[in-house]
Amino acid sequence: MQIPIEYYLVLSAFMFSVGIVGVLTRRNAIIVFMSVELMLNSANLALVTFSSYLGDTTGQLFVFFVMAVAAAEAAVGLAIIIAIFRNKLTVNIDEINILKW
Amino acid sequence: MLNNIQEFYNILPIVILGGGIILSVFIELYSQKSESVLPWFSILIFLSAGFYSLLTVANESIVLQNMLSTGGRTNIFYFIFNIGAALVCLLSVDYTKKYGMNYGEYYILIQSSVLGMMLMAGAKDFFMIFLGLEIMSICFYVLAGVNRKKEKAIEASLKYFLLGAFATGFLVYGIALIYGTAQSTSIDIITSKFTELSGNIIFLVGVLLFLIGFSFKIAAFPFHMWVPDVYQGSPTTITGLFSTIGKASAFAAIIASLTALFSGGFQSLFLPYLSVLAVFSMLFGSIVAIAQSDIKRMLAYSSISHAGYILIGLASGTPVGVAGVVFYLAVYTFMNLAAFGIISLIEGENDANLEIDTYSGLGSRNPVLAALLSLIMFSLAGIPPLAGFFAKYYVFIAAIKSGLTWLTILGIVSSLISVYFYLRIVVLMYFKERETEITYSKSFSGMLGVVISVLLVILLGIFPGSLLDLIIAYL
Repeated sequence: MQIPIEYYLVLSAFMFSVGIVGVLTRRNAIIVFMSVELMLNSANLALVTFSSYLGDTTGQLFVFFVMAVAAAEAAVGLAIIIAIFRNKLTVNIDEINILKW
Repeated sequence: MLNNIQEFYNILPIVILGGGIILSVFIELYSQKSESVLPWFSILIFLSAGFYSLLTVANESIVLQNMLSTGGRTNIFYFIFNIGAALVCLLSVDYTKKYGMNYGEYYILIQSSVLGMMLMAGAKDFFMIFLGLEIMSICFYVLAGVNRKKEKAIEASLKYFLLGAFATGFLVYGIALIYGTAQSTSIDIITSKFTELSGNIIFLVGVLLFLIGFSFKIAAFPFHMWVPDVYQGSPTTITGLFSTIGKASAFAAIIASLTALFSGGFQSLFLPYLSVLAVFSMLFGSIVAIAQSDIKRMLAYSSISHAGYILIGLASGTPVGVAGVVFYLAVYTFMNLAAFGIISLIEGENDANLEIDTYSGLGSRNPVLAALLSLIMFSLAGIPPLAGFFAKYYVFIAAIKSGLTWLTILGIVSSLISVYFYLRIVVLMYFKERETEITYSKSFSGMLGVVISVLLVILLGIFPGSLLDLIIAYL
C-alpha cells in the first residue's frame, strides 16, 4: 500500500511551521539555530517526496546540495556562537543587546 | 550548440575569480606577508574579471547544461560586482590595519562572496540561485564578525547569521514547492508552464515563500529588522560590501527569475506584493532615518528606503523599468561605497567618531572630505545633476509609463522626506563649529577608493546614457 503524497506534504508543512515558531519564540541561540535546521529539513522532506512521486531525480540532487549548505552553515554558525559565548558568557539572544534589536 | 572553447571564454570571469580564490588560499598559506599582498592581488583579480565581462558583454549564451547565462545583463552585473568589490578592497587596506583585523582571509572571503553573487546574477536554474546565495551569505556571516574580539561585530554577525539562515529556510521551502508543482527547477521551463500553474495554490505559495526569502536579502520593509544592527556592528568597509553589491546581487537574482514572467504578461500577479513592499520600505526607511544619531545606522535605514525605490522599478515590470533598476543598482553601489569609505576614514579606534554630531565643523577642518561627503549626500538625496537623481528619475518614469502614478507620487514624497536627514549632515559640516578636536587617519588607498567612487557618481550623473544605453541594448 502506498502512502498518499498529502501525508508527507502535511508532515513537512508541520515541520516547517514548528521551525518558524521555534525561531520566533525561543531565546537560546543554539535552539533558534536548531529550528532553522528543522525548516531546511522540512524542505528536504518535501523535495524528496516530490522527487519520488514525480519519478524525477532533480529533487534528490537538490537535497544533497541543501544538506551540504546546511553543514557549512552549521560550521560557521556554531563558530559564531562560540565566539559570542567567549565574549559575553551567554548565548541568550535577549542578553545580546548592545545594538538595539 | 556552442563549442566548448567558446563556452569556456564566456564563463571566463567566473573562472578567473575561482582560480583567484584558490591562488589566494595558497598565498595565504605560504607567504609571510600575505595580508599585504592579498589586497592588491584581489583588486587585480576583480579588475580583470570586471573589465573582461564588460568587453565580452555581447557574447550572449546559455552554458553549463542550461544552468548559467552569460553576456548581456549578466555581464553588466558582473562588472558592477567586481568594480564594487575592488573598491571595497581598496578601502579596506588601511582600515583593517587600524582595527587590528588585518587577516588574509578577509580578502579571500570577499572574493568568494563575489563568486556567489556572480552565480546568482547569471542563474538560469534554482540550483544556481540557491548555491550562489549561500556562497555569498556564508562569507557575509563570517565577514560581519571578522573582528572577533569586538563584541558589537560578533553580535552583528550572530544576528545576521540567524536571520539569514531563517530566510534561507523560506527560500528552500519555496523552491521545493515550486519544484513539486512545476516538475523542474529550470527557470525557463517554469516560466513556460506559468499559465497553467498560476491557478495552483501550492505553486503560488512556493513563489511567495521564494520572494519572502529574497525580501530578507534586499532588506525590504517587514523583513528589515536585521539591517540596522548588522550595518552598525560590522566593520565599516564590510557594511559597504553588504549594502551595495550584496543587495545588488539579491536584486539580480530576482530579475533573473522574474523578467521572463514580466514580458509574458504576469506582471499584475506580482504587482501587489512588490508595490506594498516598495511603499512601506521607502516611507519607513526615510522616516526612521530622521531619528538616528549614529551615521551607520542612518545609512542602514536609508538603504531600506533605497530598496523601496528599486522595487518600484521592478513593480513596473517593463524592460525600461528593469533597465532603470540595473542603472539604479550601479549608481547606488558607487554612492554608498563612497559614503561608507568616507565614514571609514573618519572613524577612529573603538568606534569613535561615528555619531552624526562628530561631523560638525568638518568643512573647515578637512575641506576635501567634507566636499566629497556633501556631493555623496546630495546624490543620495537625489538632487540633480548627480547620478542619484537620474537613477530615481528612470525608475519613476518607468513606473508612470506602466500606470503606477500613485507609486511614483509616494516615491517622490519619500525622497523629499529623505532630503532632510541627508542634508542635515551637510549643514552640520559647514554651519556648526565643533568644540573638541578629532584626529583623522590618513590613508592614501582609502582616499583613492573614495575619490574613484565619487568620480564614478559624477560621471554617471553627467553621462547617464553611457551606462543606460548599454543596459537597454543588452537587456
